[in-house]
Amino acid sequence: MRTTDVVVIGGGQAGLAMSYCLAGRSIDHVVLERGHTANSWRTERWDSLRLLTPNWLSRLPGWTYRGDDPDGYMTAAEVAEHLDGYRQSFDAPVLGGTEVVEVTATSAGHRVRTNDGEWHARAVVIATGAASTPKIPKVAELLPGHIDQVTPIDYRNPAQLSDRDVLVVGASASGLQLADEIARSGRHVTLAVGDHVRLPRTYRGMDIHWWMDVIGQLDERYDEVDDIGRARRLPSLQLVGTPERRTLDLNAATEQGVDLVGRLVGVASDRAQFSGSLANYCASADLKEGRLLDRIDEHARDTGLDDEIEAPTRPDATRVGPPSLGLDLSSVGTVVWATGFRPRYPWLDAGLLDRKGALVHDGGILPAAGMYVLGLPFQRRRKSSFLDGVGDDAIELTAHLVEHLASRGVQRRADRR
Amino acid sequence: MTITEANPVDNGVNVEALLGAREHMTEMPELAQFQWRADCKWVNGTHSRTTVQAFSGAGGEQSHRQPHSVETDHPELFASADNGMTPPELVLAGLAGCITAGVASVATNRGIQLRSVHATVEADMDLAGILGIDSEVRNGFNGIRVRYVIDSDATKEEIEAVVAQSQKRSAVFDVVTNPTAVVVEVV
Repeated sequence: MRTTDVVVIGGGQAGLAMSYCLAGRSIDHVVLERGHTANSWRTERWDSLRLLTPNWLSRLPGWTYRGDDPDGYMTAAEVAEHLDGYRQSFDAPVLGGTEVVEVTATSAGHRVRTNDGEWHARAVVIATGAASTPKIPKVAELLPGHIDQVTPIDYRNPAQLSDRDVLVVGASASGLQLADEIARSGRHVTLAVGDHVRLPRTYRGMDIHWWMDVIGQLDERYDEVDDIGRARRLPSLQLVGTPERRTLDLNAATEQGVDLVGRLVGVASDRAQFSGSLANYCASADLKEGRLLDRIDEHARDTGLDDEIEAPTRPDATRVGPPSLGLDLSSVGTVVWATGFRPRYPWLDAGLLDRKGALVHDGGILPAAGMYVLGLPFQRRRKSSFLDGVGDDAIELTAHLVEHLASRGVQRRADRR
Repeated sequence: MTITEANPVDNGVNVEALLGAREHMTEMPELAQFQWRADCKWVNGTHSRTTVQAFSGAGGEQSHRQPHSVETDHPELFASADNGMTPPELVLAGLAGCITAGVASVATNRGIQLRSVHATVEADMDLAGILGIDSEVRNGFNGIRVRYVIDSDATKEEIEAVVAQSQKRSAVFDVVTNPTAVVVEVV
């Protein structure tokens, strides 16, 4: 058994940011990574995927974007490179090929069992990310056997799909991007739309993330919002990062020939059934987009930007006709489940999870002493799960962790007496 | 006990009680398990009377303050006595009543004072369905339109957001927009 002060599980943006902060405090630690640094960026992303946030918005503690296109959007391979460069910059103690099997509490801390031996640590930081397992609704079991089912983790490009029609379920960033790409490949696509967050790629000439950053939206804290549960469940932003900075919303998908329908709510007699609530979800998303743009206009007015940038505009309302409530699945070859992700912790004590399998935590601090999580949506601020946002959380959790280690030290000395 | 600032808005909705119930049911999910029951007796012709009183939820048997009844019948156009709403109209009453209750609750929660709320509902139906004239025509509504006229101290956008949120949280909106497994048996 090897001993260290802190075991960090996961070598992505969160694990590396934590490692940097721990190294800065000279705290002995290891980062256990199941594959290579930024593993999921290398192995679980589709070919055309680019980050939703612009390159300059990739600031990590002690690391920034170093390329020559600050306003562009990184491909998955470039994100992996960005993170690998970060790892090398401070020689992070990453142990690759190390899969965690079990984490258990001991009298003096935590035992972390892996496929490559055991570690004993006084603190554990879970940094395995928010997107480890696709969430697939139960209705999937009712689909006829001739239909291939794929998730954003195993989808690569349209060429891997049969030529038949495609049903994409979910209209957040992944679902909408895949629907658009598959429709462009000539396949007929139906897109099932539920709750979604509509945003323009650019507004008044600036990237929407630039605005969200300057109006302070990305920094909104978890202990300051009305309903943190709701804020954390918010679907991902309907955006795409393309060199031409185009806006991808439901209207753009409709122009590509994508048929919009409501949420997938059932499958009966080889027919998919869709909710009649499409109009409300679209109206709701349009209103929320309008509110954000109002807030941006207000900020521009208050800060004297009004004369320097383009005039305010408002996007067209989402166009929804009377949507189809059913779809004959006999012509459908593929269903794409873009229904979100959930983290999975089969190696953790079930007592640390709520009844839906999510970690119980307060801003990343678990009720079990010396255990932390980093990188979850809106963990401590709205940007917590973003490449640019995890750093501030890592700094704060490190401060808490240092105090924990100090108090444990005192405790142990007292025990010895 | 926490002391909360008195809400200056009064729409007759006890938001504190609703939020309290929500908190309770989050901690104890079994309290959120409810069963609604209705008791329907045929009167004569197409006229029936449905009564509700008992239901279960919040961890036990519950009861309305008193029994409530509703008459359903068909209009004279169909050679009926017109002793009450048609059952599909009762569904529209349920939909409008449910969304409107939500409008009052959400508005109160958002600090919006309502002065009047008026919903009109239209639902199209092709009787070729229920009369068995055309098997491709469904029995139910082809579509439902609800129009709200709301007088309040909020902006149009704020009211639109209240109405949108109310639909997201409405039981009857879900019942009419989504399929439900129904079992009818004779004992």
